[in-house]
Amino acid sequence: MPRRTDISKILIIGSGPIVIGQSAEFDYSGTQACKALKSEGYEVVLANSNPATIMTDPEIADRTYIEPLTRTYLEEIIRIESEMSGGRGFALLPTVGGQTALNLAVELADAQVLEKYDVQLIGAQLEAIKKAEDRLMFKDAMTRIGLDVPKSALVNNLRDGMEFSGKIGFPVILRPSFTLGGTGGSIAYNREELVELLARALDLSPVHEVLIEESVLGWKEFELEVMRDLRDNVIIVCSIENFDPMGVHTGDSITVAPAQTLTDREYQRMRDAAIRVIREIGVETGGSNIQFAVHPTTGRMVVIEMNPRVSRSSALASKATGFPIAKIAAKLAVGYTLDEIPNDITRKTPACFEPTLDYVVVKIPKWQFEKFPGADESLGPQMKSVGEVMAIGRTFKEALLKAVRSLETGKKPGTEDIEPKILIQRLVTPHPERLSYLRYALRQGHTVKELAKMTSIDPWFIFQLKEITDVQLEVEKHPIDAVPTGVIREAKRAGISDNRLASAWRVSNGRGAAEKIRHLRKSRGVIPVYKHVDTCAAEFESYTPYLYSTYEDEDEAPPTDKKKVIILGAGPNRIGQGIEFDYCCCHAAFALRDDGYETIMVNCNPETVSTDYDTSDRLYFEPLTFEDVMAVYEHEARKPGSPAHAARDGVESGAPIGVIVQFGGQTPLNLALPLKAAGVPIIGTSPESIDLAEDRKRFGKLLDELRIPQPPGAIATSIAEAVAGANQVGYPVLVRPSYVLGGRAMVIAYDDESVIKYMKEAVEYSQERPVLVDHFLEAAVEVDVDALSDGEDVVIGGIMQHIEEAGIHSGDSSCVLPSVDLSDEVLTTLRQYSFRLARALKVIGLMNVQYAIQRHNGEKVFVLEVNPRASRTVPFVSKATGVPLAKIAARLMTGRKLREFLPDNIERASDLDTGSCYYVKSPVFPWSKFPGVDTVLGPEMKSTGEVMGTADNFGEAFAKAQIAAGNRLPTHGAVFISVTDRDKPQVVDIAKRFVDLGFKLVATSGTARVLEQAGLTIERVYKVKEGRPNVVDLIKGDRIQLIINTPHGAEPWFDEKSIRRAAVTHHVQSITTLAAARAAADGIAALQQGHTSVRALQTLHAQRAAVR
Amino acid sequence: MLALEDGRIFKGKGFGAQGECYGEVVFNTSITGYQEIFTDPSYAGQIVVLTNPEIGNYGTNDDDNEATRPYIEGLIVREFSRISSNWRSQQVADEYLERYRIPVLADIDTRALVRHLRDHGVMRGVISTIETDPDKLIAKARSIPKMDGTDLAKVVTTKQRYIWDTGERSIEPTEVVGVKEPEPQHHVVAYDFGIKHNILRKLVSGRCRVTVVPAETNAEDVLALKPDGVFLSNGPGDPEPCTYAQENIRRLMGRVPIFGICLGHQLVGLALGGKTYKLKFGHHGGNHPVKQLLTNKVEITAHNHNFAVDPDSLPMSEVELTHVDLNDNTLEGLRHRNLPLFSVQYHPEASPGPHDSHYLFDDFVAMMEEWKGRKIG
Repeated sequence: MPRRTDISKILIIGSGPIVIGQSAEFDYSGTQACKALKSEGYEVVLANSNPATIMTDPEIADRTYIEPLTRTYLEEIIRIESEMSGGRGFALLPTVGGQTALNLAVELADAQVLEKYDVQLIGAQLEAIKKAEDRLMFKDAMTRIGLDVPKSALVNNLRDGMEFSGKIGFPVILRPSFTLGGTGGSIAYNREELVELLARALDLSPVHEVLIEESVLGWKEFELEVMRDLRDNVIIVCSIENFDPMGVHTGDSITVAPAQTLTDREYQRMRDAAIRVIREIGVETGGSNIQFAVHPTTGRMVVIEMNPRVSRSSALASKATGFPIAKIAAKLAVGYTLDEIPNDITRKTPACFEPTLDYVVVKIPKWQFEKFPGADESLGPQMKSVGEVMAIGRTFKEALLKAVRSLETGKKPGTEDIEPKILIQRLVTPHPERLSYLRYALRQGHTVKELAKMTSIDPWFIFQLKEITDVQLEVEKHPIDAVPTGVIREAKRAGISDNRLASAWRVSNGRGAAEKIRHLRKSRGVIPVYKHVDTCAAEFESYTPYLYSTYEDEDEAPPTDKKKVIILGAGPNRIGQGIEFDYCCCHAAFALRDDGYETIMVNCNPETVSTDYDTSDRLYFEPLTFEDVMAVYEHEARKPGSPAHAARDGVESGAPIGVIVQFGGQTPLNLALPLKAAGVPIIGTSPESIDLAEDRKRFGKLLDELRIPQPPGAIATSIAEAVAGANQVGYPVLVRPSYVLGGRAMVIAYDDESVIKYMKEAVEYSQERPVLVDHFLEAAVEVDVDALSDGEDVVIGGIMQHIEEAGIHSGDSSCVLPSVDLSDEVLTTLRQYSFRLARALKVIGLMNVQYAIQRHNGEKVFVLEVNPRASRTVPFVSKATGVPLAKIAARLMTGRKLREFLPDNIERASDLDTGSCYYVKSPVFPWSKFPGVDTVLGPEMKSTGEVMGTADNFGEAFAKAQIAAGNRLPTHGAVFISVTDRDKPQVVDIAKRFVDLGFKLVATSGTARVLEQAGLTIERVYKVKEGRPNVVDLIKGDRIQLIINTPHGAEPWFDEKSIRRAAVTHHVQSITTLAAARAAADGIAALQQGHTSVRALQTLHAQRAAVR
Repeated sequence: MLALEDGRIFKGKGFGAQGECYGEVVFNTSITGYQEIFTDPSYAGQIVVLTNPEIGNYGTNDDDNEATRPYIEGLIVREFSRISSNWRSQQVADEYLERYRIPVLADIDTRALVRHLRDHGVMRGVISTIETDPDKLIAKARSIPKMDGTDLAKVVTTKQRYIWDTGERSIEPTEVVGVKEPEPQHHVVAYDFGIKHNILRKLVSGRCRVTVVPAETNAEDVLALKPDGVFLSNGPGDPEPCTYAQENIRRLMGRVPIFGICLGHQLVGLALGGKTYKLKFGHHGGNHPVKQLLTNKVEITAHNHNFAVDPDSLPMSEVELTHVDLNDNTLEGLRHRNLPLFSVQYHPEASPGPHDSHYLFDDFVAMMEEWKGRKIG
């Protein structure tokens, strides 16, 4: 069927900020969907609050609303767009923006908004969404078509829950209805646990409803990715088998594609069931993910759930097979059938087929429990990982080990922290380190059978681990200078990394170890070849160079003779290194492809746009380690037509080539110096400059020369040095390890005791990697500056004023562009310093500088740090200014000049223009996933994602950002205020503002006294330890609508923690700095005006161009 | 070592039986179902390369055989599992193939081999775990009789007529063992050119009593069995030299409903006056999109054929094309405009492969019912 002509405009809802359970995969799917529909000639309207995405780039959709994803704002967008299109067909595609988009679509439909503006749902109808999402309806439907499901009941109170659990027996699984990423899901093993967990689960469900389910713990878990078109053609794109059996959320499971342990009859039974499911649920078009559990000894198969939309798994399946599910789903939604859409990769065959794989794909999640001390690290039905890596190998073993080294744990192979005492615990209870413990156990001689019993992991998988162990043991038998080539080849074919070989042969010498092994391999001719991911196991020729390395005979991807640029990606998403860096990498690829370069992407994150085969000319789906990147480089640097093994002899006489390391965050930066030392031409700012900026001593010297002040600091490699340093620079001090991103393991210390404690417990340091001790500027305003430079000219992209004070990690602080209340003198100083720094560091590309401005003794500007590379704020600044910073930066790296792009700004020494609006970026935190963890902010970054709020005044922009981040700013009610003594002088003004806004004030004794002295009326309340009813009771009783609670000193006390925790549970916003409290007051004032304004990015940018 | 007739050599590790085997080297792209592939008689005379690199993972069991023994001459894989893990597994794949003296060559860059076959077409080859001189093996590969022009159906067919009476078995644990077969309503005589058991199971489950007869059984003897329908099975080799079968089909046409699969389909094509030709590297896999030309619906199908019927050679006054492969437009199904006769090139019985085309067995039953009705009427 041809595409629908009764529709002319399509609204796509994105998934909003990156949170645990909803990550970059929806940028990938959403971008594909937007592009696919735009290329079909539809007018595409996009709503997404996340500025860090490619999908919110102005050229991806026709009109892009970076607005809060709430019913109110969406209704306004629909109203405006509906008016603009004057009654021509308007449709909403809700299936590419994760659970967020699906829930919103349901909400809009239920509130008759869609009906009112005559918007039709495409992709999935309301009834199908409800049938798939409502667990009871889903189970009924499954039973109706004769499929087995775990026994279950929906409950909305404790008593019913207890009764049903008694009937089916413990353990039972609890799943709150309508939450994403399994939020609130848990397993109760006894009645006592059930009471606690069920209460929390009921609370987390927006409809106060929980499914209690028969446990299928330990069963084999599978997923099928299914697509259906309007003619009822159904295909299975991919089968996925979970390495971790049922009981661990699939997002937290190691997963394998294709399924490895099912016979054809068993697989086809599942396939038949999946097809019946999608038909029964009635997903008319597009992709769905269906999960199954299979009993390991009886084969009983039950249906677990279905996602009637593209999902994390479908993104993974797309990358695993080369079949672009979201793109095809978008085309199916507008009426095409599968057989009408060509397969991009083979070109000659249609998309109506089932991909077949001649390789194995392994995904491993990336967890960051080190960021959340006190969080429960065991894995269960609630997802806790922040990102994932995928690796492709010809065998499971190779893929698994490639994935393991893609994780960048920072640990040297062979030195994983194994505690033999807890071996059994780590094996039995799913945990991020379970794989390491399994490998350890095998080395210790535990049998496959024993381990399979303890872990319920399929013996086939464990046997593969055993084979890896056997190869390793074989390797260790030979000394490095007498190792047979066959043994090296065997080890490489099993996926064992050069680093691990180095440790097996006790080759020390830090960074040079892998290099030594590489030389050995090359001299023996053991080098990788590259093969295509082609959807068809080589049955047809493929035209898309989507490549992976393996140790085989034939190389399929000889280099071309085009000039080329290799872009190193950011690896797995994590806190501090998120989608923003992927955004930058994609922009480099887009810009340089336009400039006629062959663009080559190296990355291992399946969730991203950068690993879409459309993004660059060549995609190497490879780990970002020295070994793997060098192999890609040597492969590409070869002379075209020279044999694959030419690289062995160092014949690197191919086409001109450059490598970009400054866009992918810390991952490629860590590789910059070793790569350069190995002869790799790094383009842009030199690795030496990048290194200089991170080297405390040399950088300090440079600042002195440039007459730029920085807070006094010291370097320590021992406890004594740290204490001495702290006293010398003056308390409070910020203590942190050198070479980190995202502020890992940073604290603010107020006394010797805390410094000693930190040095003893929190940090590893050495002569090579000292600890930095800096004087901490209290109550200072922090500012982020992004700049572009070609080494001569410099243009400031944006001066962003942080809303939280210095001391809160910049990634966790809201910030506003343009700045709100910085004086002209300060702005001038910021510019001058930035210019000087860019020129001194010979920055070619992007630079980010963080400043602190101390305001009480005059206004003094200090440099906190300089990062001569892409920063987290690049996409935000680009969206606010309409100038694609990363694209320009990429072009500067290839030798083009800033004058070509921004002559006016250079001439007038002006910053990029932000027009008449304020843009506020606010962070989003994963607190709800980590019960018990303190939610206080500090120098260590904890947010997973960000949103943007836009308005013509700061207050409204801030309020919108808060709403988008899921924080409810109240418009009336009571404000609880409790501040540290340092803040008490300033608190009165803020309290008065809230009184003016009509709020009642509640405070504990200390703060209350100050406010009462200023003549304000206060309701006094007890502290938690003083007695009851106390402030936490008030929060739980919904008597407090906003909390202003600045932490008292470095070690927040019990009271504050329980207040903040209660606030999270009861959805009361808790503000931890006075600066943010001021902003909140502005925001509330704006909200009280009651109007809802939305603006398309394209309109904002066009206005600015017109003004210019 | 594998030696191909064009001189290409692949070295790997031996599993299964020690020794040598000879055959036409073909590749199959199915992800699951290696045991069904091993035991499919259509692979007689062929060495099979599996594109899925992990083979043997789930072992083998007695229920998933497509014949009483494996028919492949040899097996080539990337990684051959030393253990099996599955609740239905009875024997490790390695031991199973060794029992039937079938050599396995593992650790091969199977993707390179597949690309070679894709570009140069299927060719003859030798696997040897004994001979180490490549030149000798290449010479041997060149001395193997070519598949083209070879009648292998005659070789693999049953020597004796027999009755088949077991239907499909569910793998659900809840099903009771010893299911009662449905009371048969129709009698089907199935020509065995290398018939797969799942075809027989599907027929029995479709309420047919099945008499399997040798490939060369003549039409009159078949009619003497008073069949309600005649089934023409799949099988190995070139359909062209099977002139006896073509002749028998011509004599049966119009006298009894006929349904043919794979080789059976090619024989129907030839019997109708059409021509067959050899595909460059055949269709072997479980993911081929086949379009039903009457409804425009697409089914994902299991394929295993090196030859195909040339649609341009068919008399269009008599023949209607019903199915076509969307990958390369190969003819995949036809039916007679006036007589009760249809056939498909692919495998509706799947095993291994998707079940999208099971309806064809219902169509066959419906055709028999209609034919019976007409006779009575």
